[in-house]
Amino acid sequence: MLENILSPEAGHFALALACCMAGAQFILPLIGVQTNNRRLINLAPALAWGQFIALAFSFACLVTASICDDFSVLNILQNSASDKPLLYKITGVWGNHEGSILLWALILGICGAVVSSFSQNLPFSLRARVIAILGGSAAGFELFCLTTSNPFKRIWSAPMEGQGMNPLLQDPGLAFHPPILYAGYVGFSVPFAFAIAALIEGRVDAAWGRWVRPWTVLAWSLLTIGITLGSWWSYYILGWGGYWFWDPVENASLLPWLTGTALLHCALVVEKREALKIWTILLAIGTFSLSLSGTFLVRSGILNSVHAFAADPSRGIFILILLAIISGGSLLLFAWRAPNLVQEGIFAPFSREGAIVLNNILLCSMAAVVLTGTLYPPFIQLLTGQSLSVGKPFFDTTLTPIALLLLIGMAIAPLLPFKKARWQPIALPIYIAGGLTVISAVGLYFYAYKILPAIASGIGIGIIISAIIDFIRKITLFQTPLKNSFHRLLGLPRAYFATHLAHIGIAITTLGIVGMAFSQQKIVEIHTGETVHLAGYEWQLSSIQQGIGPNYRSIDATIAISRKGKAVTWLFPSQHYFPRQRQMITNVAIHTNLIADFYVVLGEKRGSNNDPLYILRFYYNPLAPWIWLGGFTMALGGLITLTDRRFRVGILSKKTRKPSTKAKQA
Amino acid sequence: MKSITRRRLLWSVPFATAAVAGGGFWAMLSGLKSGKFDPHEINTPLLNRPIPEFHLDVQPPGMVFNPIILRQINKPILLNFFASWCIPCLLEMENLQKLSSQIDIWGIAYKDKPENAENFLQRNGNPYRYLGNDLKGSVGIEWGISGVPESFLIMPGGMIRWHYPNPLGEAAIHQIHSLLRKS
Repeated sequence: MLENILSPEAGHFALALACCMAGAQFILPLIGVQTNNRRLINLAPALAWGQFIALAFSFACLVTASICDDFSVLNILQNSASDKPLLYKITGVWGNHEGSILLWALILGICGAVVSSFSQNLPFSLRARVIAILGGSAAGFELFCLTTSNPFKRIWSAPMEGQGMNPLLQDPGLAFHPPILYAGYVGFSVPFAFAIAALIEGRVDAAWGRWVRPWTVLAWSLLTIGITLGSWWSYYILGWGGYWFWDPVENASLLPWLTGTALLHCALVVEKREALKIWTILLAIGTFSLSLSGTFLVRSGILNSVHAFAADPSRGIFILILLAIISGGSLLLFAWRAPNLVQEGIFAPFSREGAIVLNNILLCSMAAVVLTGTLYPPFIQLLTGQSLSVGKPFFDTTLTPIALLLLIGMAIAPLLPFKKARWQPIALPIYIAGGLTVISAVGLYFYAYKILPAIASGIGIGIIISAIIDFIRKITLFQTPLKNSFHRLLGLPRAYFATHLAHIGIAITTLGIVGMAFSQQKIVEIHTGETVHLAGYEWQLSSIQQGIGPNYRSIDATIAISRKGKAVTWLFPSQHYFPRQRQMITNVAIHTNLIADFYVVLGEKRGSNNDPLYILRFYYNPLAPWIWLGGFTMALGGLITLTDRRFRVGILSKKTRKPSTKAKQA
Repeated sequence: MKSITRRRLLWSVPFATAAVAGGGFWAMLSGLKSGKFDPHEINTPLLNRPIPEFHLDVQPPGMVFNPIILRQINKPILLNFFASWCIPCLLEMENLQKLSSQIDIWGIAYKDKPENAENFLQRNGNPYRYLGNDLKGSVGIEWGISGVPESFLIMPGGMIRWHYPNPLGEAAIHQIHSLLRKS
């Protein structure tokens, strides 16, 4: 019954309808603003909602086709099978190129609908232009989906069974990594739309900054979670023992994150001090452009990457044209209009604004390095015909010094006031935090004899200490009665906690990365019953069993880990063989005590059947979970900022002031 | 008016950068279509060239070699980069053992501690006639390898005839045989 209403054809039609509405959403409000026609302007929110509803319907059709195993739809045939678990039938919808573009468009549609609902107290022309630009970008993506990557394409004489999904992707971590990551990418379309609208209007003020900030923070938080999930997935699924491989696709997600982080801080200066306006606009355009070019690079097949989407040059050409219109057009508009923006807000170099300028310079340098490293191989091949690869050594040596400077700045900057800072009030916390930084760095150096990790972890500890000292001073703990401190604690704005939390998150991730530098590993070939010594623990292969799962056959190993004869834990690494895809998947076994990870990978079986030997890889990864813990802490900081009083008050005042809005909404 | 033109030129820099990148992407895409541009291609710059200069450290239990010895060979040899930390190398060992009765194999332990590589050879057998250690990976750079295992077929006089950037399997061994027959 359901599949008759939500049929692939209905989905295809709804997608085309959404595309038309997005086109109207782009053109009509712009004409309306130009000719001062209120009726056209007032159409904008309705069109945004209509487009969103059509897209949601279209997406529901695709999900229904996947759940009902409709193998006459080419996309379902190629990526699904009837014995696939239900969860992966749903999440598998966005595990392939066509479905992921539809999801991308849907998220863009959600952004448009949400912006149009929450923006009633915005100046009406700005609001109309923002919604129009969101509609324009959405129309481009929906057109792309319809013309080159139609997920609803049928094939004649449908086979009985689908070809199945890549078993590597059948994992809960990967089920939620793409939508969150896309939401992060697409979320930056809102700051982008605001930037373009401001360029057209020729005006940027504090109110503009107050609008752009929450959207930037939201997109940034989602992107942070998305990247963290992706990194975590590659750590526990791929079984390479690493968490970041400087793969082009990973870099493509890191680039908007770096510039987005810069934008986040910069928009704060616009909001509070009305300075750095042009730069903020450029960052907003740049961040969304980098989000788009990331998709382009992945889907076009230009970059040599492990994330193999079915690459197709004709799709590449479409996205390149789309990119040329969106990014090229907006950068051209920027070059033309930005010089007219009036710069205000003077500040001393030694101030919060000064620190944020430094933060922007460093973050953008990092982005430039990552961009260079990623694009150098294809461009060199294009120019000279030589193929080469840029990898970890390049990124490590070039990024580490910049990152260390950034971390030092992060420890100090939150202590500085806006406009002009004096040394006297911040001297004490800096001396304490700096002293502890030096002590821990020197201590770690003599413990491990590695200079860079020692410095990095020292600064990481310094960031946490400086945040704690600042907190104690803010609530005047130990100086005034406890009751007073408690009152001050309640009075602190949530954004204050958010800042420190996000910075502490970075410090935690840094410590995790440093810990991983001391990872110990061993590759062995052993019989059952044999014991291996690593990192002060005994790792014993106690048994090997064969089993059968719903769509695979498995070999399961049991590893007993003990310390000085006392059992610590048992680990069960396994290998799953998927006959349909003829693919072998190794399931890593990890035990964590939050201080370190025990990580075991079961490899090939060797030797004769009577006397089998098993290849096993054992890893002891100190502080590994902190890498992702820090990532989630950062994102939590961002999400807490969103609940800050000044953003909540904005929503509240809208409700109370509704009758007197200038925009004559009703 | 002059100053605004100057500022416009300054703020056109982002556009110009994006335009250059876009032009490059366009060229790559047309190259992909016509087959002139292949990002997955692996470079073999040393093919049909003389061997490069390099310096190896001692790797027990074998005798170490240098470019001079390698140029003095009077029959073809197979040069193989391996490492104890590399699982494909372990899988390749069986084929190397078989091959070692037909052709001399010289080994270079790549980015590997000598004692680890020695244990590896003790466990899995030693197919190598000469051995060297390249702990820092600088010899690997000279030879332009992208990972381990990789193998080179070297002709008398020190000419590189064949480069295989994968573990040796049936097909590769077949290629070696046919190359040996030709020479």
